Amino acid sequence: MVSHKLLIRKLVLICIAMFGFGFALVPLYDVFCRYTGINGKTENTAAPASRRVDASREISVEFLANLDPGIAWSFAPEIVSVSVHPGQVKIVNFLAENLTDKAMIGRAVPSVSPGEAARYFKKIECFCFVEQPLDAHQAKFMPVQFYIDPELPSHFTTITLSYRLYNNTPRTAGR
Amino acid sequence: MSTDNSNTLDVNADQQHVDHHDHKPTGITRWLYTTNHKDIGTLYLLFSLTMLFIGGSLAMVIRAELFQPGLQFVDPHFFNQMTTVHGLVMVFGAIMPAFVGLANWMVPLMIGAPDMALPRMNNWSFWILPFSFFILLSTLFMEGGGPAAGWTFYAPLSTTYSNDSTAFFVFSVHLLGISSIMGAMNVIVTIFNLRAPGMTWMKMPLFVWTWLITAFLLIAVMPVLAGTVTMVLTDKYFGTSFFDAAGGGDPVMFQHIFWFFGHPEVYIMILPAFGIVSSIIPTFARKPLFGYESMVVATASIAFLSFIVWAHHMFTTGMPVAAELFFMYTTMLIAVPTGVKVFNWVATMWRGSMTFETPMMFAVAFIVLFTIGGLSGLMLAIIPADFQYQDTYFVVAHFHYVLVTGALFGIISGVYFWIPKWTGVMYSERLGQWHFWCSLISVNMLFFPMHFVGLAGMPRRIPDYALQFADMNAFISIGAALFGLSQLIFVWCVVRCMRKKGEKASAEVWEGAQGLEWQIPSPAPYHTFQTPPKVK
Amino acid sequence: MKHYLFGLKCVTSYSVLFWLLLNSITLQAQTEKYNMTRGATDISHQVYDLHMAIFYICCVIGAIVFALMFWSIVYHRKSKGAKAEQFHGSLKIELLWTAIPVLILIVMAIPASRTLIAMEDTSKADLTVLVTGSQWKWHYKYMEYPIEFYSMLATPREQIDNLAEKAEFYLRDVDKPLVLPTGKKIRFLVTSDDVIHAWWVPAFAIKKDANPGFINETWTKVDKPGVYRGQCAELCGKDHGFMPIVVDVKNPEEFDLWAAEQVELQAQAKAEAEKAAQQTQSMEELMLLGQKTYESHCAMCHQISGEGLPGAIPALKGSVMVTQDIPAHIHIVAYGKPATAMQAFAKQLTTSELAAVITYERNAWGNNTGDLVQVADVVAVIEAGE
Repeated sequence: MVSHKLLIRKLVLICIAMFGFGFALVPLYDVFCRYTGINGKTENTAAPASRRVDASREISVEFLANLDPGIAWSFAPEIVSVSVHPGQVKIVNFLAENLTDKAMIGRAVPSVSPGEAARYFKKIECFCFVEQPLDAHQAKFMPVQFYIDPELPSHFTTITLSYRLYNNTPRTAGR
Repeated sequence: MSTDNSNTLDVNADQQHVDHHDHKPTGITRWLYTTNHKDIGTLYLLFSLTMLFIGGSLAMVIRAELFQPGLQFVDPHFFNQMTTVHGLVMVFGAIMPAFVGLANWMVPLMIGAPDMALPRMNNWSFWILPFSFFILLSTLFMEGGGPAAGWTFYAPLSTTYSNDSTAFFVFSVHLLGISSIMGAMNVIVTIFNLRAPGMTWMKMPLFVWTWLITAFLLIAVMPVLAGTVTMVLTDKYFGTSFFDAAGGGDPVMFQHIFWFFGHPEVYIMILPAFGIVSSIIPTFARKPLFGYESMVVATASIAFLSFIVWAHHMFTTGMPVAAELFFMYTTMLIAVPTGVKVFNWVATMWRGSMTFETPMMFAVAFIVLFTIGGLSGLMLAIIPADFQYQDTYFVVAHFHYVLVTGALFGIISGVYFWIPKWTGVMYSERLGQWHFWCSLISVNMLFFPMHFVGLAGMPRRIPDYALQFADMNAFISIGAALFGLSQLIFVWCVVRCMRKKGEKASAEVWEGAQGLEWQIPSPAPYHTFQTPPKVK
Repeated sequence: MKHYLFGLKCVTSYSVLFWLLLNSITLQAQTEKYNMTRGATDISHQVYDLHMAIFYICCVIGAIVFALMFWSIVYHRKSKGAKAEQFHGSLKIELLWTAIPVLILIVMAIPASRTLIAMEDTSKADLTVLVTGSQWKWHYKYMEYPIEFYSMLATPREQIDNLAEKAEFYLRDVDKPLVLPTGKKIRFLVTSDDVIHAWWVPAFAIKKDANPGFINETWTKVDKPGVYRGQCAELCGKDHGFMPIVVDVKNPEEFDLWAAEQVELQAQAKAEAEKAAQQTQSMEELMLLGQKTYESHCAMCHQISGEGLPGAIPALKGSVMVTQDIPAHIHIVAYGKPATAMQAFAKQLTTSELAAVITYERNAWGNNTGDLVQVADVVAVIEAGE
């Protein structure tokens, strides 16, 4: 009779590999998102400075700020939208204020729409790269410095940058 | 193109003698400790029949609540538990174990093996199942109830927003995943190593082929499911945030990982049924299967394609156009090998000499109704239209045509086809025909109108609905009750055979039967093919 | 001869049946009760045409395959003396029935791709609305106007519980519909506060998932004024079936009037809330507003009787939470209980509504604590933070 051992070993290996693959899908998915723009995910690290400016067209960039129900802050962009030439660097401030009597930590998660435009949205500096602690009743301007990659396909005329602010205060520190 | 397969099988003469000393233990321990593929096959099949009725009862609760608009019997939270557990029980408890049961019984007989390759593991893989489902079903009686996020348990509804039944649910899914993987390994090792001399790859019956491919699918995707539920568990209880945007995760990623398992899973539930029908049609047409090689190639291509179409379940989640187009085209492509299969079956029937015993009736119904399910699947692939179909009863109709009149009808036809071999007596043809016609009519009353309520805008997974859907829903509920009752005839048929009531079956059983399994006596002796048969 | 006649009869009856079926389906196609709506936008018309086209193609494919199959079932049966032929393959025919479906698919894919690309083109919008789903209501925020509001089910509880006759728009009516102007390209940004929802209006052929933490976008342009109804299409928990969408599309002039009115109303409401914060209210006032607020926001889960659902939703009647510590009670209503269906109401309700509903819960169903909760108490707890 043929030995089963070798075959079983191979099959078990496939199983283990596929279990690992399930978890490998997590980073793979991030890469996939960045290239295809699923969910409008953007790079969460600083982009290099812009090299050239395409003055021939203007893109309207809109800003949105959402609060998760679990965080009693106010959070809003200074301006609703700006017009930029691709490649032109802009700084926009978001004003956040902790409305409570406790020190809290917020975390902003960005999302760009339309998703395909996300990879052309380059952030040089962003408050969303790190957690944002605010003391009780402290208000703070949070800047985002960005430019639109001149490679942006021509059919995009409006890009929306949305932040959702979450409460990342450690549970033990709360209450 | 096609070679002569399965027509020239032969069993060596002294085979029958070897098989005559049938010693087997008796009583409950026989079933607890058994390593015999036939016993384990029987256990799997009976377990699956039980789960079919449990899952069916949950469906009856759903249909009772939906009989009229308004809330009559259950509250919405319990309703969600019903839809969730109905799905889980039917997928993992009824359909999959039934196929494993059939594989246990038939694969060794079809390839001339004395037993499954790993008999002790076989025992384990079955006995894990009842425990797994005991855990799952027990959550329904716990405070706060069972899982209620749908059988697809999308995060964050199943993580942050679920109750503690999640832990039980995850454990239960892990167990049944292990069971499926062990079952699949067993099938693969058996088919690779235990084929009788002369049983070359391209002589294997299609049921064996489809099961081999299914087993590989299982091994490839059940671990991914295990990974998914593990992430759900750690997200809920151990502070990870795979699916939580606040911590840098993404709830849509859950759907990608889930459907990476989920789509191949859909084919796991239909490929073996293709194999069964491919055995039955040639038998009753008394004619070799048309396009054997293209059947094998089509099965393999369906299995391959199943890995690159998963996102068609999530067109509305907001994907880039390029990704949407890619998944639309690959999904449409699946229609080609599936079409080849249907055409091959019709060509097998063409110019045959057909008779229509119960297995053939179910197989023919399978072809027609599965094709309807396939065509509605094609409609669902067209993304702009899918935006309207997605998450409506149109989808419910589609996958029930594929899974009930597809997978389940395939299983039922297989049971009628092989039960004389298992029990040694013929089932009652009159009861079988009654079962067939009652099922056929009621199943269409049940699922056909769902297409229309779905198109008219009724979402799935809702306990109450707007008034314009009322008459259709009442009709559907009546169909559901009739379909449920019709299955009692099936139980009656099976029990009669198990109690040896009925005409004695010959070894060949069916006039047109081809293959090794028909060359051993009926009932199949406890031990078969201890000396391998020679296949010419 | 006899066989021939029988076959002819079968084929005739098959064609008659098929013709009847097709006819009834076409007939039904005209009544929206059994088919997809044609909808009210150019895109939805394209989607409808696509749907009908694929449907007819599928019917024809099905009819041909089944006709061949039933022909063979009728003629090639043993009882008719049919002898089985032994052919088992033909390269030519197998290639043919692989190639033909591919061609049909290509023909289907071309218009589908075209429509899809048009559907996803959200550029050059005139008006943007942020749509946020939460358990179990929708929130609309107009980006160009200072207008935002929640929109929730308006069907009274008694109708759902079969205690009153069901109204025409049972489960499809909301308290405040989304109002849009005709003839303008409207862009929707869709997101969620908690679980995944899906914003679905069949008449616009829009169904977009609302994913927590991320935004999706889609658009529509409606030419005909009217009221269009839809509902949440992604399982989002207990009351998934009870979060309808109503869109009221008005002429641009009427829309402008409406918007101006809303801006004024919202400013007024804000001023009133600020005034209320300074004042104390009587038990009667609080209980009246409290009951109204409770029934529209809380009773879906905690029930009108305050008894909850055993095991799933805690009872408020006689509960420690609502009869003991007042700040704790305010806190849970304002901020919700994480990881449960108990949501944060601080954002959804005004402070006077919060004060009223908390007072109501502390005094209804025999909870008679006699406690009065004023707006100032609520503000104090909210400012103390989580």
